Amino acid sequence: MSTNKIIPIGPYHPLQEEPEFFRLHVDGETVVDIDIEIGYNHRMIEKIAESKSYDQVTFLVERICGICSTSHPFAYTNAIDDLLGVTPPERALYIRTIVGELERIHSHLLWLGLAGHFLGYNTVWMWAWRYREPVLDIFERITGNRNHYAMFKPGGVRRDFYEEDFPWIKKTLKSLIPKFDMFKGAVLDDPIIRARTEGIGILTRQDVHDYSVVGPTARASGVGIDVRKDDPYAAYDKVEWKVITHEGGGVFAKAVVRILELYESTNIILQCLDNMPKGDIDLNIKDMPAGEGIGRHEAPRGEVFHYIMSDGGNSPAWHKVRAPSFMNIASNKKAVIGGTISDATIILAAVDPCYCCTERTAVVDYKTGKKLMDGQDLVRLSQEKTEKLRSKLKS
Amino acid sequence: MRQVTRTEIIENIKVRAGKDLLDLNDRSERRVYVTIKKEILPKITRYLFNDVKVRFVIASGVDIRKAIEILYHFSIDEIGLIISLRVVLDKSNLEVDSLTSIMKCASWIEREIHELLGVNFKGHPNLKHLLLKDDWPKGNYPLRKDQ
Repeated sequence: MSTNKIIPIGPYHPLQEEPEFFRLHVDGETVVDIDIEIGYNHRMIEKIAESKSYDQVTFLVERICGICSTSHPFAYTNAIDDLLGVTPPERALYIRTIVGELERIHSHLLWLGLAGHFLGYNTVWMWAWRYREPVLDIFERITGNRNHYAMFKPGGVRRDFYEEDFPWIKKTLKSLIPKFDMFKGAVLDDPIIRARTEGIGILTRQDVHDYSVVGPTARASGVGIDVRKDDPYAAYDKVEWKVITHEGGGVFAKAVVRILELYESTNIILQCLDNMPKGDIDLNIKDMPAGEGIGRHEAPRGEVFHYIMSDGGNSPAWHKVRAPSFMNIASNKKAVIGGTISDATIILAAVDPCYCCTERTAVVDYKTGKKLMDGQDLVRLSQEKTEKLRSKLKS
Repeated sequence: MRQVTRTEIIENIKVRAGKDLLDLNDRSERRVYVTIKKEILPKITRYLFNDVKVRFVIASGVDIRKAIEILYHFSIDEIGLIISLRVVLDKSNLEVDSLTSIMKCASWIEREIHELLGVNFKGHPNLKHLLLKDDWPKGNYPLRKDQ
């Protein structure tokens, strides 16, 4: 047996505070291997779906994730539309797009805040969460809820938008753009953040293919995959926007991609509000034929995939859900190995893992089983490294 | 790299599968379902994943009562197409070749289908539980319709 020590991270992730378990095998400061365990939060939602009606399943899958709660209903309703071979009314498509993009903005801001906290930039954390609030206010105005909006249904949406809200929504969104500029400046121009995050947790293009990662995790390695462009749905092919990619593949690149996507999402929403046609919002689907359907949605973390099999009855005969984190978390095996312990926390967090959809931390001496460090110690370690870099760059 | 076309990819699957192709459902512009014999699954996967470099989305194991189907969904992002390879496993012989040696990203989902539906993936390097706890009763598969 070598002198490798094992550092368990979990089952509560120190950043996301959702259960999963990483076992880091370390040699000195360097991570040499990692075991990943998930399943602490498995609720068998796919099985429960078999006992709910098609309309109820929309609300069931909304409960899969608390942050990007609309991602799963979006993919699910796309799957039902695919099964039926229908396209919802155009106004409903615009409403779906707006809800999906607002969600991307608040989810990316949430990640940015947590990443800032991890690196010891608590101001970034407070600011990011402060400017996430106006987005939630918009949600409250247009859907009635800050989260779990319950807007989607097979064949359309459940609630219409009021035109008189549009000026206020636009004003609120536009007021966020200077804040995004501030974050962009903080991340792109700050030499310490750059030194701390550039070149760690690298995924190459080949790794992206090997692990089939999706979303910002893939786009940060220069792979421009985005379901919204590749397999257009809702109103994404009716507005002008571009897929953000960045070369580099490290934590820095992932942050850049997410920050630049904030602008694109704002841009998409503003165009949707301007171009939204009037008319019906729902096809009022009554019967479900036998068959199968596949629906996808580009959630903030990447492609969400739903497969539905219908036997012509009232509930799905089979329902398969694949969240983006299922693919992205597995790629940590590549990203973390070779790095140091103080980088591990931010690398593991850089894919923006979501365990609802897929740990308390302790560092234990492998031989004696004695606890050496806990979750707060690991965060401290990460923050200390930033502090060291800061004083080095100052001198 | 030259972009592969939709017709080209379907024709190539047909040629490689030969008489082992059981059904091809060209359902819509963006969805194609291909049912093949399980013996040629690695061969077709190697073509799609290694040669055409398509993205593996996920596999879904489906209990259709008399048999278990596994659908391997591949996404060809350049043309927005999903090709789903379907293999049908008889309940008396729930065994299929593991694809983990071809694509690392198949490892987790094979473990998941193994524990939830009881399918044995031949040649999987580490076929332990993914979601269920380690002492879950043997022979109890939560997603089976007959249990």
